[in-house]
Amino acid sequence: MIHPIPSGTRDVLPDEMRELRAITEALLGVFEQAGYGEVYTPALEYETVLARAALADARPAYRVFDENGEVLVLRSDMTVPIARVAATRYAASEPPLRFCYFAHAYRGVRPQRGQAREFLQAGIELIGSPAPQGTAEAVTVLCRALDAVGLRRYRVGLGDASLYPALLDGLSVPDEDRARLLEELARGDFVGLENELRGLRLGEEQIELLLRVPQLRGGQDVLDAPAGPVADAVAGLRRIRDLLEPQVADRVIFDLGLSRGIGYYSGAVFEVYDPALGMPVGGGGRYDDLLGRFGRPLPAVGFALGVDSLHLALAAEERER
Amino acid sequence: MSSNGLVIAVPRGALFKDTLDRLERIGIDVGEARTNDRKLVFADGTLITMRPTDVPTYVAAGAADVGITGKDVLMERDEGPAVRASHREVYELLDLGYGRCTMVLATIAGPDPAAEALRRLGVVRVATKYPRIATAHFEGTGRQAEIVEVKGSVELAPLTGLVEAIVDLTATGTTLRENNLVIREELGVCTARLIANPVAHKLQARAIDELVERLREA
Repeated sequence: MIHPIPSGTRDVLPDEMRELRAITEALLGVFEQAGYGEVYTPALEYETVLARAALADARPAYRVFDENGEVLVLRSDMTVPIARVAATRYAASEPPLRFCYFAHAYRGVRPQRGQAREFLQAGIELIGSPAPQGTAEAVTVLCRALDAVGLRRYRVGLGDASLYPALLDGLSVPDEDRARLLEELARGDFVGLENELRGLRLGEEQIELLLRVPQLRGGQDVLDAPAGPVADAVAGLRRIRDLLEPQVADRVIFDLGLSRGIGYYSGAVFEVYDPALGMPVGGGGRYDDLLGRFGRPLPAVGFALGVDSLHLALAAEERER
Repeated sequence: MSSNGLVIAVPRGALFKDTLDRLERIGIDVGEARTNDRKLVFADGTLITMRPTDVPTYVAAGAADVGITGKDVLMERDEGPAVRASHREVYELLDLGYGRCTMVLATIAGPDPAAEALRRLGVVRVATKYPRIATAHFEGTGRQAEIVEVKGSVELAPLTGLVEAIVDLTATGTTLRENNLVIREELGVCTARLIANPVAHKLQARAIDELVERLREA
């Protein structure tokens, strides 16, 4: 008899499980050594808890009612549950707090390679450590973790979620036009972005700036180029760079157009790329305003890696060696 | 001159000749692709040819670094904000300008059968190869529609009474006229677009930026 399982989920059998376990063990070793204690939280949370955060593209998709009629959701990410844990269980603890996790999250995506509806995330959260030190620590742990897994060709894209909004501020683009511009940028539609910009009352020079800046990406020279409205965000990236060890800094691609589809990021954001895989392996960033929504205002930063994506990238790298 | 080591996905069909012309103008060797319509991979694997609807699939997965396809194909793939998911499928980098077509709503000439169906039956039946674009258009204008997806000649559907209207792409309008159909609404203009894989866009930034510049000027 063949009994099906829901679309976007899958069974893992022993040969694959051994390889996945080797990856998570390597990650756990690095996280533990860096002082990040493992936590686990319920897969089901009250909808009102996750609704405190602006999850945007990562919002929960699956809901059930409990016996009291409360709405429960399957968590769509681990950062918000850990923010809840930090505010609830560590209300009086001296920061910084360091947590790591290996947990499944659930999203209503169209199932395809690297996009499952149930997926295992491995990550850390560093709570109470502000920019730039906290960000540099997270990026350093990230690179150590990827090295430990055995990836050789990965790169880390580093940008700032506040950069483009600051640029729009600086050029006095009205609030009502911003959402559409940010949407085009988040979708990576630069043709659409140009069309939207040409529909606004902006000078040719301003349009050129708004199109060019989000496409600036590459080595450190990216940080030398623009100033003006984005000076603060770029200076922030420069401060992170100055704190990175050379072998970590060598992995970094500075990307002034980097934006992630999650709303709670407030400052530096990063994404992990491997040339063997067509989509990011993971990512993270600063969420300095999220803990405040749970009543414990603390700056924070974290990242999550898709364990299946890591596995795919590793297998592809090994094939190409 | 080469493709800078980038794998380029090239659409066969209506955009094929203009695409090869444009690539040739920036110095990419397209000679064999022009003459051999059975082979799929050219120029040491840097030029791969496929149906236009497959271009975003190859580029999104990273099997090609960049590709060229019609805006209609990209619009039809867009599942809307609800399913747009947590990652960008492809980056859209450049409007190449050629392959200009208009997405239209058309019906049989004379009194508008779509308007009559909406008035009397509350819903209009619409045949199309672009179910998502058609659905979004009718939802966006507050009208109820039954979308009928067809694979072949869409013009046949209203002539046989299968539907009252069609949503389709037209360049000159000749096929519509020859089948006694008239354009009632224009949904948008579609041209050829250069798209890139999001990871390639970061890891091969210089090669991609240079390709964009050369194509923009060609």
